Amino acid sequence: MQQSDFLNVVMPFKDKLYRLAKRLLVSKEEAEDATQEVLLKLWSKNKSMANYKNVEAFAMTMTKNFCLDRLKSKQASNLKLVHSNYQDENTSLQKQLEAEDSVRWMERIMDTLPEQQKMVLQLRDVEQYEFEEICDLLDMKPTAVRVTLSRARKTVREELAKKHSYGIG
Amino acid sequence: MELDRIEKLLEKYFEATSTIAEEQELKQYFSQDDIEPHLEQYRPMFKYFSVAKEERFTKQVPLKPRKKNYKWMSVAAVAILTFGIYFGIQYQERKQQEQEALIAYQETKKAFELLAENFGRGTEKVAYLQEFEAAKQKIYNND
Repeated sequence: MQQSDFLNVVMPFKDKLYRLAKRLLVSKEEAEDATQEVLLKLWSKNKSMANYKNVEAFAMTMTKNFCLDRLKSKQASNLKLVHSNYQDENTSLQKQLEAEDSVRWMERIMDTLPEQQKMVLQLRDVEQYEFEEICDLLDMKPTAVRVTLSRARKTVREELAKKHSYGIG
Repeated sequence: MELDRIEKLLEKYFEATSTIAEEQELKQYFSQDDIEPHLEQYRPMFKYFSVAKEERFTKQVPLKPRKKNYKWMSVAAVAILTFGIYFGIQYQERKQQEQEALIAYQETKKAFELLAENFGRGTEKVAYLQEFEAAKQKIYNND
């Protein structure tokens, strides 16, 4: 496989890899490094890549494993930067500030979730994967995925309700 | 009517039994400007998911990092191998020479020892001759 072919295959889902990495590792730099690492690993396997029927799923699983390894190693334990550089077009400044605020809470709430819940929520609600795909990616049973997802969504709801009742929303 | 449906969808959503299409519908609803006040608390959640999907990986990936390294690595390997064989053979030869010298030394020593033993035996026999001489002297003196 040539470099251009490889890029054509990888381009459509490299952002997904990055977002999953960032969900798990939190820090933008760490996530970028992880994504780069995964893409390079993928490139080094490019001869056998034709054999994989779903390169995207394979890459997602690689990213997941890589990030979980990173989290386990001590090296990553002192590197947790929170980054949130979001933009929101065509809203007034007041609304924009509020929106940014709520996005930041959501980020904070998401960071407190256990890793499994983070991943399921990321894959389903952000990337809109089907349940079967999530089962394959995370190596989980369908019922387990549903339970985890439901738990994650409910936790987020509770946390949001807490914030809401403080009257900041 | 619509509100009823949204609430039902929300319920399904939190039980994780909703489909992607239904979740899309929810996202659509919460992206509107005016929604029911009691549903307002869910807005950040759906908004966040849309915002989170906008993030992009912008770092360049340096592909083709290998290949030319192998060439230099093979050159280095060959050089090391050549030096290794050259000095290895020299060392081996020196070692062999030492071994041979040691064996020769030991052989010589053994030969000398054999010689010394035979000389010793000779001296013992000569001692008998001395006895004979003494006896002869005694006889002469008696005369």
